[in-house]
Amino acid sequence: MGGPTGGLEGNAFYRVVYGVVVEDLGWEPWLAYLIAAMVIILIVVNGALALGTLYTWFERRVLGRFQGRLGPNRTGPFGLLQPIADAIKLMFKEDIVPRGADRLVFSLAPVVMLVPTLLVLAVIPFGKGSFLADLNIGVLYIVAVGGITTIAVLMAGYASANKFATFGSMRAVAMVVSYEIPLVMALLGVTLLAASMSVVAIVEAQHLPYLLVAPLGAFVFLTAISAELNRNPFDVLEAESELVAGYLTEYSGMKYGVFMLAEFTNTIVAGAIFAVLFLQGWQGPGLSWLGSQVGFLSFLDTGAVRQIESHAWFLAKVGLFAFVATWVRATLPRLRIDQILALAWKVLFPLSMLNVLVLAVEVIVWPEPSAGELGIMAAINWAVAGAAIFAAARLVSLSTPARGLGPVAAVEAR
Amino acid sequence: MADSLFEEIVFWVLAATTVGAALLVVHVQSLFRAALLLIVSFLGVAGIFVMANAEFLAVAQVLIYVGGIAVLVIFAVMLTRDVEHSNLGTPVQPVALMLAVVLLGALTYAVVQAEWNLLPDDLPGPLAAVFVETPAQLGRLLVRDYVLAFEIAGAFLLAAVIGALSLVRER
Repeated sequence: MGGPTGGLEGNAFYRVVYGVVVEDLGWEPWLAYLIAAMVIILIVVNGALALGTLYTWFERRVLGRFQGRLGPNRTGPFGLLQPIADAIKLMFKEDIVPRGADRLVFSLAPVVMLVPTLLVLAVIPFGKGSFLADLNIGVLYIVAVGGITTIAVLMAGYASANKFATFGSMRAVAMVVSYEIPLVMALLGVTLLAASMSVVAIVEAQHLPYLLVAPLGAFVFLTAISAELNRNPFDVLEAESELVAGYLTEYSGMKYGVFMLAEFTNTIVAGAIFAVLFLQGWQGPGLSWLGSQVGFLSFLDTGAVRQIESHAWFLAKVGLFAFVATWVRATLPRLRIDQILALAWKVLFPLSMLNVLVLAVEVIVWPEPSAGELGIMAAINWAVAGAAIFAAARLVSLSTPARGLGPVAAVEAR
Repeated sequence: MADSLFEEIVFWVLAATTVGAALLVVHVQSLFRAALLLIVSFLGVAGIFVMANAEFLAVAQVLIYVGGIAVLVIFAVMLTRDVEHSNLGTPVQPVALMLAVVLLGALTYAVVQAEWNLLPDDLPGPLAAVFVETPAQLGRLLVRDYVLAFEIAGAFLLAAVIGALSLVRER
């Protein structure tokens, strides 16, 4: 019985390690596999957490800019050491568990929040031939593992034995379950276009970024993923004006810190997902392309340069997503819970269905699109996206009907 | 050799987790914790699916059972009043016990009687390809050969959704 669909065999780093360990030193192949896997996992996990930490600083600085103030700028150069200072402060704070709380579940919740975030990274290609596993069901894996964070929110909310926390987590369930459907439908469009669910194959299939080919899918995905991340304008589960801090109300010290870290790392991971599914992942022109075009620069067209620039492209695209997410947060006011659910079911769900329908027809008409056909496809999709979003904005009202606020609000009103 | 030993260890860890968590589900007094242990059990089953080269089934297990059914169960627990104190003894306990024993017997019989090694270890080319490409094969079967059953299931689910909506609709 072999391993899963594709482990490290296609990984460039693994091949280097294999060359040294097996061919030069004459050790067992599984040792090469173990060493390569451990090193890559170490880099990926720590890199993601470091980026998540850095993102707390980035978001506060950029939000400061948007609001005409400076943001944290005293600790270290440009305030870069602020996240570290915050972490040290959180570590020394008293770790309070409320009386009546379910201690075990209360303490496990932050861990359950963080782990799926890091697990999702297993199928993301970070560069050319740089990934942990090439699952042939990669997209489905992302959705399934990402869904586990809901459980963490529920655990935190219920174990706190606090009604604000319970309400916060109940809203989370209602919201996340509703937005999962348009999210999966948007991913279905990508899968149709690439004719594969493997994330590695999807990146390689994008001759034109899917953001340009399927703008409606990208729009639905971006909206739904912000809801899944509980970011503005969907951050009602910790809406401080209504629910104190939602499911985080009773958390303090490093447990709160882990939740915050998970939340910010989640945004980075979401950026990685968006980059590989809609922005061509690690693909992009660079020095090696220049080398292949211009004769005297051909020394640049080497594998090493390709490796470095593919990782750089990937990180740049994740950074772009992080900036856009902060931009949205600075711009949009928070929606009410009933408006959020109405948006999911009345706007995003029909839009995502339309997206899949149009893409399915196009994939049947042009199974192997040439550059020109891809252009026609993109043009049609942009027209459809514009018309559909305009129609949705005109026809669908998110305001509450006179009677009833829907099931979640009704329970809260009791 | 190292491979099969490793597989053996992983299998027993997964099996112990699955069965242990399932036993705790019925043993633990807090319904909320029971629901969480149910999730652990589901995840163990997903792991065993992965070991059987059924990755699609494993992911579907996590997606549907952990992401869907478990969340619904927890939601129901959270919305039920005095849930912590009502987990002990019901009048139908003897009946439930009998049903459980019958089910256990039936399942054990099925497991013991089933012929497990239907396929040889070295599969011929076309059959091996089926195992590499499970999602594509499943998709083909669903929308070509078994399209009628697929559509009927869809119609049933739609009816269930409409029924649920009409039950909770505010008049």
